[in-house]
Parts: sequence; C-alpha cells; structure tokens
Amino acid sequence: MKDKDSIVFENVSKRYGKVLALDNVSFSVKKGEFFSLLGPSGCGKTTLLKIVAGFERPDTGRVLLDGEDITQLPANKRPVNTVFQNYALFPHLSVRENIAFGLQIAKRAAHEIKIEVDQMLRLIQMEDQGHKKTDEISGGQKQRVAIARALINKPRVLLLDEPLAALDLKLRQKMLLELDLIHDEVGITFLFVTHDQTEAMAVSDRIAVFHHGKVEQIGSPIELYESPKSSFVAAFIGDTNFLDGRVAEKMDEDYSQLMLEEFPKILCYNDKHHAVGDLVHLSIRPEKIQISREAPPKNALYNSFQAVVEDVVYKGDHTKFWVRVEGYRIAVAQQHSRFLLDEKPIRWHDVVWIWWHADDGFMLDRYSESDEKLTQEPSEKIGATDARREGDAGE
Amino acid sequence: MNNRTRLQELALTAPSFVWLCLFFLIPTLIIFTFAFKPYDVYGSILDGWTLETIYNLFNHSFLVVFWRTIWISLVTTVICLSLSLPIGYYLARTTSKLRHIFLILVVMPFWSSFLVRVFAWKSILHPEGVFKKMLVVLHIVNADTLLLYNPGAVLLVLVYSYVPFGILPIYAAASKFNFDLLDAAMDLGASQLQAFFRVFIPGIKAGILTSTVMVLIPTIGAYVIPDVVGGHNSEMIGNKIAQWIFVDRNLPQASALAAFLALLVLVPMIVLGLYSSRVERNSITDARGKQ
Repeated sequence: MKDKDSIVFENVSKRYGKVLALDNVSFSVKKGEFFSLLGPSGCGKTTLLKIVAGFERPDTGRVLLDGEDITQLPANKRPVNTVFQNYALFPHLSVRENIAFGLQIAKRAAHEIKIEVDQMLRLIQMEDQGHKKTDEISGGQKQRVAIARALINKPRVLLLDEPLAALDLKLRQKMLLELDLIHDEVGITFLFVTHDQTEAMAVSDRIAVFHHGKVEQIGSPIELYESPKSSFVAAFIGDTNFLDGRVAEKMDEDYSQLMLEEFPKILCYNDKHHAVGDLVHLSIRPEKIQISREAPPKNALYNSFQAVVEDVVYKGDHTKFWVRVEGYRIAVAQQHSRFLLDEKPIRWHDVVWIWWHADDGFMLDRYSESDEKLTQEPSEKIGATDARREGDAGE
Repeated sequence: MNNRTRLQELALTAPSFVWLCLFFLIPTLIIFTFAFKPYDVYGSILDGWTLETIYNLFNHSFLVVFWRTIWISLVTTVICLSLSLPIGYYLARTTSKLRHIFLILVVMPFWSSFLVRVFAWKSILHPEGVFKKMLVVLHIVNADTLLLYNPGAVLLVLVYSYVPFGILPIYAAASKFNFDLLDAAMDLGASQLQAFFRVFIPGIKAGILTSTVMVLIPTIGAYVIPDVVGGHNSEMIGNKIAQWIFVDRNLPQASALAAFLALLVLVPMIVLGLYSSRVERNSITDARGKQ
C-alpha cells in the first residue's frame, strides 16, 4: 500500500513571523490522483504547494516524493513542475520556445526537443500557434502553454497554483474540463490549489480542506459535502443552514433529540455520538429541506414545521426561499423538475410547511466567530479582481 | 480641419525645432565645414578647401589616441554594465526601505559638481594622498608606484563617474520585471545562474541597451577625466581636440577630429537606435494584439 503514495507530508510546519501558515500537516496523496488543496486565502494551501515545488522550506517535517525525501532538494532538482497562477510564461520567447525551455535546460538534442514540443502542441491543440509570442495568444491559450511547458518535462507530480483564477467564468469551466482530460491522458499526480470549492468539487478525486494552516478534512467531493466533519467544512463546501442547539435526549443508538431556543424539538442523526447536554450546530443543506403548501406525509423521522416565506429568489432550475420558523430564518432550495407554470408557486408571505428527514441533518461542533467571516461567499469576486490585475500588469 | 491640426503640430514642435537647429545642427555644420578648411600657423582659417586635416587624422600619433579611446570606453562600459546588472537586480528585489537608501546613494554623487568629484579623485590617488599611503602601509603597492596619471586611473574615475548612468536604466527595467519568471525557470530545472542569464537578462534588454548608450557615448567623448587624472600615456580624443584648439590654435584640425568623433558616436547610436526601436515596435504590436 505504501508504494502507491505519490507525495507524503509528515508533520510539516511553516511559520512566517507570527503567522503559523502550516500547523503540523500530515497526509498523503496517492499516485495518479487529482488531489485538491482547498481553503480560503491565507489558509496555508499555497505554502504547502510551494514546499512541494521547492520554493519554500518547511520549518519542521518532511516531504516524501515516491518514498524519497525531497525536503532539502532545491527547486531545479525536483521531478515536479508547476503551473503558476498568472502563467509566468517567458515574454521574450515564443510559444514553442516556452514549451521547449525545460528540455533545453536539460540539454536534450534539438531534434528530440522538436518532436516532443510538437507532441505537446498537439496535446493542447495549438499546433499552428507555436511561432506566436506569448502576448499574442488568449488567456486560455496561455494557460494551456503553461501546462504544456510543465508537462513536457515528464514531472512525477504536476502542481497547479490557482491556475484558473485569472480566467473568466465560461473559460474557467472549459479549462477545468480540459484539465480533467489532460489528467486522464498523462496519468500523473495532479496537486491542485484553489479557493473555489466548485472547481475543486468538479475535478478532484480527493480534496483536503485547509483552515488556519490545518487540514480540516480529507475526502472525496461527495464525502465532504454529505458528511462534513466540522462546521467549517460544512460552511465552506456548499450552502448550509446552521442552527445552534443542545443535545436534549438520546432516542436510540442512532438518533438524538436536539433542543433549540424557542424552537420545536428536532430529531437528528447522531453519527458523531454527541453526548446529552453538548452544544452543537445543526447543519442542514437548503436542498434537503422540502417545502410545500400541503402538510408533509406522516413519518416518525421527519422534522416538520409551519413557516412563513420571507424571501423568494427564482433561479430557473431552482428557487431559493428564506422562511421564518419562530425566531429562525432558514434557507430552502426547491428544484424544479416539472413544468413550473402549471403549478401555483409559493410566494412571499405564504404560510407553508417545511420538513426534512432526520438523516439529512448533522450535528457539528460549534465553530468560532472568526470562522464565520471566512465562510461568506468566497469565489467569483476574487477571480474577477485577479483577472483585472493581470490585465493591468500586462500593459 | 486637417490644416488646423497641421498648424497646431507645427506650432508645438517649432520651439524645440528652432532650439535644436540653433544650438545643435548649425554648430555641427560649422564644425563639419571647418574640417575642410586650410589654416596657417598663426591660427587663422584661410579661404578655399583642403583634405589635409583629414590626412592628418591617420597619422600614427593620433591613431594611438584613437585606439586608446576605443578600448578605454569599451572597458568602462563593460565594467559599468557588469556592476549595474547585479546592483539593478538587487535594487528591484530588495525591501522598499533599503531600495530608497540605495537609490539615494546612487544619485548622491550628483549633488556635488562633476569637476569637484574628479579633483577629489586626484587628491585620493595622489602620491602623498591618504589612500596611497594606506596601500603602501598594507604592502599592496610599493612607494614608487604611481596611482595617478595613467590609463588605470582614467578607467577607475570613468567607471566611478558613469556607473550611476548604467545602474538607473537597468534598475528601471528590472523594477518592471516579473520575478515570478525566475521561479518558473528554476521550476523547469534552471539553476539560479541560468535563470539570471536566460530569463532576467533578456527580460530587461531595453534597459541594458539604454545603459550601454548612457555610458559608452559620454565616455568616448571624455575630456575632463583623462585631463585631470590621466597623463600623456592616457590621452583620449577629447584631450586631442582641446590640445589642437588651445595649444596649437588649429581650429580646422580640431574640427576634423570633432567631426570624426561625432561620426564615431553616431555609428553605435544608429545601430542601437534601430535595434531598440525594433524591440519597441514589437512591444507595441504585442500590446495591440492583446486588445
């Protein structure tokens, strides 16, 4: 099993002045995996990538690549290559010369270089653009050249540092698919740093969620979404409602009653075995909550409440409602799988029923005040400003 | 409409055009004319035309001065560039506080007169000067070695005087350089030295060209420095011109040499100018392609 590991981090810590960027991080990435490091800015994910690339040295701990300790190896001696956030293509060289750079440094024969560069240009579908200067190609093409320039060296791991952040939304989705295809084709380990959970969810085999220099959870996208281990992960990956409560009563091995202030009791699956009296968050995803004018069918495991609709946002494929139950405002998402105009839609101020199955809620430890700020709407805007900054720098 | 913009253009360029004509073009033409005039031993310029002044330029004693001027200015330029490159690189990469201090240090010599600084070197290098005595005490030179009045002294003071003109354009180019590119080069297997020469140097090419011009041109025409700290064996073209004007009172001969010097400077200027305008044009079309 051990020899299947591509990268192993052992107790890696890194401190910048007073800030602990990485706090005793240990985990391993399997060979051939598309592995994402996900987290808000300043969570340490980029630092970890730089440690693998060799641009930073950890204060403590080791990094193993295919079982070999590379912690002290200089960047130019490591069999890994990086795709940089703003591509970092050499402006004085053509597309072809950029891609050939690594092989020229390695002093490969000219005819070999030509063959391999041609192969790479084919892989990124830019056969006829090799002669162009890097300022003459589009953002998406620059991205592909950066990938080709890294892959031509046949690295054992490809490191991707927010490679899509400078692209606009449409292009980002397209490049994401291409990245996935390239990964399937070359079959090496990809280590992908991003702050955008949708990017990470879309392409990753596994994701490590970082927070304050620590790994909060490692798992497949489905595991992270459906079974987050902490409030931070639940909030960072997708949308969720958090309700503060206290475990009131243990019903049986699997289920507990939750007591919330000024709220009816809630039945909840208790996989983490919180004891009676524990302060917890109840996290419930908006799309797991059903909403209707009719009362729900009777089921002992349903939590159902009457609610008043406060806000309605129609988004085409689904509608988002904010409803009030006693003192609580709860987000509910309703998918529209049938023709909507035939139905009488739920409107503002309507009195409705909402309900969810006890299995769909989960109890999590309380998170701190500072975490709350980090969970607010990260992705789109950050990418947009990055793109603008990149444009300025190019003037 | 079109006529009016033409008039505006003329009105805007007229002052500098007149200025350049009066103080640059006409004097240059006068020099080029005088170069072909006969002269007598009393310093008068005679009527008619002659090529004697031009023949005199190919006389042996002048050719020595000519080659000396060429090698001193080339060596000065090479030394200035090799000092400016690491300094410019460092200035662009260091913290802004240190950068400010170093930039002030680079510019500080300009706070005092150029002549004063050259004479200061004369007293530093003087046989009775502190520096010389210190070197003798340290057994680096012996008491008879002359630090002044030789090509070495001229070279030293030339480098001292013109190195800021080498540093500033390179620093300006380096401060716009994207240093992530060096990380990228190292990521692709380049050593630090390879990254420096294959990515940094081409990246600041325009700055290096400017530095070269800023150091080479004034050095070729140097007059004060070889006059003050140099001796007979370190005369340069500038000194020869001065000698022919002030000592020999031979304006046509001096004009011929000045005209020759102007042409000598023009050749590298035109070559570099063509080259850098090509670099510039490329970057303009690049910028257009981007939009």
